[in-house]
Amino acid sequence: MNLAVERRGGALVVRVHEARIDAAVAVAFKEAMRGATAGAEPRVVLDLADVGFLDSSGLGAVVSVMKHLGAGRRLELAALTPAVEKVFRLTRMDRVFVIHPAVPDAAALRHAG
Amino acid sequence: MRADRMALAARRAMVPASATESGAGAQGGAPLLLELTIPGEEAAVRGALARSIAALEPLDLSADCRASTELVLAEVLNNIVEHAYARSDGPITLEMRLAEDALACAVRDHGLPMPAGRMPRGARARLDVPDEDLPEGGFGWFLIRRLTRNLAYVRDGGSNRLTFLVPLERAGQSP
Repeated sequence: MNLAVERRGGALVVRVHEARIDAAVAVAFKEAMRGATAGAEPRVVLDLADVGFLDSSGLGAVVSVMKHLGAGRRLELAALTPAVEKVFRLTRMDRVFVIHPAVPDAAALRHAG
Repeated sequence: MRADRMALAARRAMVPASATESGAGAQGGAPLLLELTIPGEEAAVRGALARSIAALEPLDLSADCRASTELVLAEVLNNIVEHAYARSDGPITLEMRLAEDALACAVRDHGLPMPAGRMPRGARARLDVPDEDLPEGGFGWFLIRRLTRNLAYVRDGGSNRLTFLVPLERAGQSP
């Protein structure tokens, strides 16, 4: 599981360098995300620009990551590709997560937090 | 050139298909797009999906339609790996035919039957709950039911057979 982690504007931005978050990698994704978000940043933005496919296992994994952050920390999503956006929309999970069209810049992250 | 010929063949193939029943059970006249057998293992599913999507290429489907098809097939195949073959190994056979306005898919495995011999209802998960109670699973059957038509399940001797239609949308057609 290839994740790139960047601290930006007080938030943690995690870019998933994988083409797919599916049943084959859902567990590895959860574990890698737990490691990547072990710090204390209250806000984590998951950049999904490279992810062209996400199935129900992948969706469950994203929910699991959000729950694992716990109260007081937030998981937000950014840059969903159309196929991934469709899964969030059909399951109405797009109402649960804040979804940004693109990863906000540092100033926006600092002020909109 | 080969792709052009295939596209032409696929378009011609739609003519006889339109004269047949367009249900998922219509095996006779509907042209076969793909038939493949894979081991019922997680690692084999990605390859099966890639081959399925490649087989659809001549149909010139919209990106949205391709995404729906891949998602449905992923959910169906992963369910079989995870549940039907939870306690044993065995093959999965996938057949895709071109019906009039849909892909007619049939998936067979030789694993455990579905619980109580029925497909799960696939109700939409409740999301009006505290974050810590949000579901991490149970989306699969909801997506399958949402994106297919004529979904049917038969337990036949020692095997499961799931048939369904995925509505087709050509590139350039509005959703």
